[in-house]
Amino acid sequence: MDLFIEQTVSGLATGAIYACLALAVVMIYQAIDHFNFAQGEMAMFSTYIAWYLMDDAGLGLPFWVAFVACIVLSFIGGAAIERIVFAPISDAPVLSHIIVFIALFSMFNSLAGFLFDFTPKNFETPFGHTPFIDGVISSHRVGMIAVTLILLGLIYAFFRFTPIGLAMRAAAASPESARLVGVRVGFMLALGWGLAASVGAVAGMLIAPITFLTPDMMLGTLLYGFAGAVVGGLTSPLGAVIGGFMVGILENWMGTFVVGSQLKLTVALVLIIVVLLVKPAGLLGRVVVKRV
Amino acid sequence: MTSTQVNGNVPAFLNENPKDRIVVLGVPLPLLERVGLFVLLAAVVVLPMVYDGYDIYEFGKILMYMLAVLGLNLLTGFNGQFSLGHSAFFAVGAYSTAIMMDQLGMPYWTTIIPAAAVCFVAGFLFGLPALRLDGLFLALATFALAIATPQLLKYDGIAHLTGGVQGIVLDTPYPPAWIDSIVMSITGEELSVDRWKYMFTAFVAVIMFAGAWNLVHSRTGRALIAIRDNPLSAKTMGINLAMFKSSAFGVSAMYTGVAGSLFAIMDEYLAPESFTFAEAIKFLVGGVVGGIASLFGAIFGGWFVLEIPNIADLVASSLADYINNPQGLTGLIYGLFLIFTVYVMPMGAAGLVQILVHRISTKR
Repeated sequence: MDLFIEQTVSGLATGAIYACLALAVVMIYQAIDHFNFAQGEMAMFSTYIAWYLMDDAGLGLPFWVAFVACIVLSFIGGAAIERIVFAPISDAPVLSHIIVFIALFSMFNSLAGFLFDFTPKNFETPFGHTPFIDGVISSHRVGMIAVTLILLGLIYAFFRFTPIGLAMRAAAASPESARLVGVRVGFMLALGWGLAASVGAVAGMLIAPITFLTPDMMLGTLLYGFAGAVVGGLTSPLGAVIGGFMVGILENWMGTFVVGSQLKLTVALVLIIVVLLVKPAGLLGRVVVKRV
Repeated sequence: MTSTQVNGNVPAFLNENPKDRIVVLGVPLPLLERVGLFVLLAAVVVLPMVYDGYDIYEFGKILMYMLAVLGLNLLTGFNGQFSLGHSAFFAVGAYSTAIMMDQLGMPYWTTIIPAAAVCFVAGFLFGLPALRLDGLFLALATFALAIATPQLLKYDGIAHLTGGVQGIVLDTPYPPAWIDSIVMSITGEELSVDRWKYMFTAFVAVIMFAGAWNLVHSRTGRALIAIRDNPLSAKTMGINLAMFKSSAFGVSAMYTGVAGSLFAIMDEYLAPESFTFAEAIKFLVGGVVGGIASLFGAIFGGWFVLEIPNIADLVASSLADYINNPQGLTGLIYGLFLIFTVYVMPMGAAGLVQILVHRISTKR
C-alpha cells in the first residue's frame, strides 16, 4: 500500500510536467489545428538557455532571474518562429506543416548538441532535493506541482479575464469573424506560439533537475505530453491538464505493477492509439463534426 | 472481350496518356524516361567493376536508403497517408533477418522474402487502426510508434531473441561459390565481400524498384492515387478504401522493411540505437527532398541522406577551430534542407526536373 501511495504521488509530480507540455500542445492545436512535434525540442532548447544563463561558465545569474529571463526569451523565440517560419506557409497542405515541424525538431535537437555539447548536465533546482514527506515525495517534486498549478491559474486568468486573452480565443475559434471585428489574427497566432513556448520552457526547467539536461531529454516526455493532450481532449485546455496528471499517474502504476519500467513508452503509444480510436474527442473535448 | 474493343468506341485522344504527347528536345518523354531507367540500371551494374571497398559499400547503402525512402513515398506520396514511424518497420525487417540468421541459422539470402512477408503483415495490421485516423492523427500515432520502438527492442522479455541493448552480431555474407568461380574465370581475381554485398543489395533493390514502377503504373497504382486526391470520389468509383489503404501501408512497410533486412546483412550487426526517431527523420528527409510523389525522387533521396553526413563532416573539419561538436551539424543541415524544400520546391528535386522538362518540351 505504501508503494501504491508513493507511486501515485510521484506520478502526480511527473504528471505536472506532462500537464504543462499537454497544455502547450493544446494551445498550438487550438490556434492552428496542428500538433507541434517540435514542442519538446523547443522546451529542451529553452532549458539549455536557462542553463547557460545560470551556469558559472555562462552568465552565472541566480535561478529565479534566469527562470524569468528564459521564459521571456522563449516567448520571443516562439513568436518569432510563428512569424518567420509558419506565417508564409499558413495555406500550405498538412504535409508541409508536418515536414516543417520535423525540420524544427531536427534543428533544435542538433543545435543544442552543437552549441552546448552532448554530455548530460546537472540542472539546479531552487527547491532542493530534500525529502518533503519521508520516502514519498521530495521537495523538488512538490515545487514542480506547485509551479504547475500556479502557471495553470495564471493562464486560466489570462484567457478568462483579459481582453487580449478573449481576442486570442476569438482568433482561434473563428479567424475570419475575429478579423472582421478588428482582431489582428496573425499577431494573436504569434502570441499563442510565444505563450506555448514559454509554458514548454517551464516544463523543461522543472524536469531537467530530475532527468539531467541532454538534447534527447524531452523525447519521451513529449510523447506523454501528447498522450495527456489526447486523453484530456485536444480542444480543452483544462482537459489537457487533467489528462497530463492522469497519464503521469498511469505511467507510474503501469511501470510499477504491470509492465515494468522498460515498456513505459509503449504504454503511451497504446494509450494514444486506443483513445484516438475509441474516443477521439478525449475526456473533455468537444466532438468535431466535419462537413463533407 | 478485349480492351481494344472497349476502347474502340471512345475518341483516340481519351485513350492516350497526356504524357505521351510531350516531346523533349525531339525525344518523346516516355522514351526518355525509359532510356533514363536503363542508364541507371547500367550504372548499377558497372559500379562494382570500378569501385571496391568502402566506396562500393557506400553505393550499396544508397540503394538501401533508396528502398526505405521508396516505401515512404509509396505511402505518403502516392496514397496520401503520413508516417513519421517508418523507422519501426525498418527495425522489423532488420530484426526479422537477424533473428532468422541468428536463431534459425538460415543463410542471409533466404531471409529477405520471409522478412518482407513479416513486414507486410506488420504494416497491414498497423494500417487497420490507421484507417480511422486521418492526416494529422496518423502522423501522431506513427510518431508515437517511432519513439516507442527503441525501448521495445531493448525489452528484457524478448532479449533472448533481439540481444537486448547489445544487439546481434551476424555472420559475414560471403558470395556463393558458383558466383565466385564465375567472377574468378572472367576477371582472374576473387570477388571481395564488399563487392558481393553491393551486388546482392543491388539485385534486391532493382527488382523492388521495378515492382514499385509497375505498381504505380497499374490499375492498383491509379486507385492509390485516386484515394490520395479525393477519397470520396474514389469510393464512389468502387474502390475499396479500407482494403487499398491498409494494403498500401503493408506494401510501404514491406519496402522499408526489406531495406532494414539489407541494412542488417550489410552491416553484419544491429542494435536498438539504429532505429530511433532520427532514422524516421532521415527517411522523411529523403522522401521530401527527392520528391515525395516520385520513384526517381527516391533514388535522389537515398543519395542525399547518405551524403549529407559526409558533407557535414567535411564542413566541420574545415572549421575545426570553431566547431567543437560536429555531430550536431547533420541534423541542422537536414532541417534547413527540409524547410528550404517546402518553401522553394514543394515537389522536391523530382518536381524541379519536371518543371525543367516542361520548360524545354514542346507538345506534339
